[in-house]
Amino acid sequence: MDEISKKIEVIGLSAWFGDKQALKSINMYMQEKCITAIIGPSGCGKSTFVRCLNRMHETIPGAAAGGRIMLDGENINDPKIDPVLVRRKVGMVFQKPAPFPTMSIYDNVASGIKLNGRTNKSELDRVVEQSLKQAAIWEEVKDSLSKPGIGLSGGQQQRLCIARALAVKPEVLLLDEPCSALDPISTGKIEELLHELKKEFTIVIVTHNMQQAARVADFTGFFLLGDLIEFDVTKNIFTAPADKRTEEYVTGRFG
Amino acid sequence: MVFAGSIPLLFFLVLLMLLFQSRLALFTFGPWFFLSSAWNPVKSQYGALPFIYGTVVSSLLALLIAAPLGVGCAIYLSEVSTSRSKEWIATMVDLLAAIPSVVFGLWGIFVLGPVFGLSMMSAGVLLAIMILPTITAISREVLQAVPGTLRESARALGATKWETIRLSVLPPAASGIIGSIVLGLGRALGETMAVTMVIGNRPQISGSLLAPAYSLSAVLANEFAEASSDLNFSVMVEIGLILLIITVLVNGLARLLVWKMVSNSRIQ
Amino acid sequence: MENGQQQSYSIRKFKEKAFLALVFAAALLAVVPLISLLGFVVYKGIGALNLDFFLHTPVPVGEKGGGMANAIVGTLMIVGLGCLFSLPIGLLGGLWLAEWGKGKRGFLIRYTVDVMSGFPTIIFGMFAYVLFVLTMRRFSALAGGFALALVMLPYITKTTEEMVKMVPRTLKESALALGIPEWKVMLFVVLRTAWSGIFTGIMLAVARAAGETAPLLFTAFNNQYWNLQLDQPTASMTVQIYNYAISPFEEWNRMAWAGSLALVAIILAITLVVRKYSKRVVYG
Repeated sequence: MDEISKKIEVIGLSAWFGDKQALKSINMYMQEKCITAIIGPSGCGKSTFVRCLNRMHETIPGAAAGGRIMLDGENINDPKIDPVLVRRKVGMVFQKPAPFPTMSIYDNVASGIKLNGRTNKSELDRVVEQSLKQAAIWEEVKDSLSKPGIGLSGGQQQRLCIARALAVKPEVLLLDEPCSALDPISTGKIEELLHELKKEFTIVIVTHNMQQAARVADFTGFFLLGDLIEFDVTKNIFTAPADKRTEEYVTGRFG
Repeated sequence: MVFAGSIPLLFFLVLLMLLFQSRLALFTFGPWFFLSSAWNPVKSQYGALPFIYGTVVSSLLALLIAAPLGVGCAIYLSEVSTSRSKEWIATMVDLLAAIPSVVFGLWGIFVLGPVFGLSMMSAGVLLAIMILPTITAISREVLQAVPGTLRESARALGATKWETIRLSVLPPAASGIIGSIVLGLGRALGETMAVTMVIGNRPQISGSLLAPAYSLSAVLANEFAEASSDLNFSVMVEIGLILLIITVLVNGLARLLVWKMVSNSRIQ
Repeated sequence: MENGQQQSYSIRKFKEKAFLALVFAAALLAVVPLISLLGFVVYKGIGALNLDFFLHTPVPVGEKGGGMANAIVGTLMIVGLGCLFSLPIGLLGGLWLAEWGKGKRGFLIRYTVDVMSGFPTIIFGMFAYVLFVLTMRRFSALAGGFALALVMLPYITKTTEEMVKMVPRTLKESALALGIPEWKVMLFVVLRTAWSGIFTGIMLAVARAAGETAPLLFTAFNNQYWNLQLDQPTASMTVQIYNYAISPFEEWNRMAWAGSLALVAIILAITLVVRKYSKRVVYG
């Protein structure tokens, strides 16, 4: 058995919206180059959890997060660390595909790099092509890179957003319900994509679709009302859950 | 943040400037300034009454004309007309709002002048035309903010269009419509160029609407830069201060009325 | 309701007809002045609108030729200065209000902007006079530009705030998640997305400023000759029209109409184009 390499280790993570506590001292880890799914009913804190991992939670006025988030052994939740640097290592794709409307496909993918300074044209071309290939959309758009990003279909837009996130070369990729606004075929394409991507990236995916978690993830964490109820290899969560509440959720008794 | 903060800074600077520069006049004349009609800069005689009179009367005259027309037009656009003509008329009323003040003044000189002379009456009529778009546009918005269910219930009971409007649309829209009229008043009070071109620019109070008159803004336009002494200058600034206070108060009242009505209808 | 049901049907019908007629008449009457005004401006102005008008400066009464060329350039200059002064504060201020202006401070600033938009514009002229003309001891385009900037500022701020508020939050978040510093996100993603809407707001503010006279009367004053220097009195279309309109010379009155035609044409053109364009704003 290979030694477990914990890309991210979360120790005692709590989060608040003003006075309301949304996460209660979460402890878990994400194994390197694996897909970890976060499941749970609405309002359980799964989005909040994931948004703490790339320091996005704190952009909400009145929001706060405590505890440690170790990325390769370094606590990225430390206020002394610039969140901008964290987000370059931990990328995120959101539920609603959001390509920048005033930019072309090329510019969308390049935006992360351009706005961070480096603008060597041939370098940009290379990275854009590589990212679009990694997002499995290169073949479809390679001849229309200058067309507006919002002209694509929903599924394509989401893959464009994935390419955009990959272009800054993160080590971890967070996906917050990336398929809930998409049709089943696009969903399938993205799930296939994730299997490929995990060879290079550590992936965390929030999903309300349990079948998706079962199909895609190596590990799964079940959240309920701000607590991490159970965290285990996906197979165990779905076939032999240790906690009764987990069992009730995965068998559809609630949520 | 700095940039946003500089806006109130500018605002207060303007106020401060006005207060500061008018202090000489304020101290010299005190409250008598508002009651005196004497105006002879050479002899250092200053009284603001003719200007206040002119500003107020010309604006009220404008309201008298523009309020019924503006509200009527708004009712027409919002409740009565079908879409074809509506867009045209609405566009034209909007365009009226974009025309520069001087052009209105020029038109006023040559169209109203022969009819009413350079007088209070001309100023009142011209102002009425200029504030009409404001009253119409806001009244129209206010009317459209009244929920459709009220209208439907009235029509369902067999009421005619007029009865429907009178009983279920106008009452909730009333304070907003009044607000639009007050806003129109605010505009009229502050209007400068068009007024000075047709009002005659004579500092006098006369019983006849056809006699020349003057207004606060008009005297500023004509005599501010010609102020011959420190006192003269200070008086001009004080006149500006009076004008500003009147317009700000009236506009503030108007916004209160309109805002109150719009937020009430949202609660419904 | 009871009243209506008790009155006879024919009386109610009559009232209804009277009402519809009155209201329609009001709408027509509202439109008549505009038609008359535009008619006069076109009719009286078109005669004097010739090449001279656009190429020459004013000439004394009695001489032929002469135009408002310097005034046209002057208006461009002064409005340009106005933009220079008001755009940074308006854009960034509006941006701040939209993103961080939810508390008391935001309320105060928004309220101030609102109140300022109702000021008689001559007051801004007075302020610019004290600030620039008295200190520089002369009239200048700079002073005029500053006064116009104060006129334009509330509109630009308000439009920017509204347009930025319309940018969906996910756009901003996606940009932040790429590891782009917040100020860059604000300027290069959020502002850029809202730009087409903001631009139309700016154009409308410019159209309005171009039509202002009172703030220029004692700031930029006027100038019968060419002037491209920022610290000298400068002609403007509006002030020139005003002077010509109130003069007793028929020659000059005609020039006033011509100037009005040119000015109104420009302003209406901007307004109409902007209205058409703003209906197509889409955020995807």
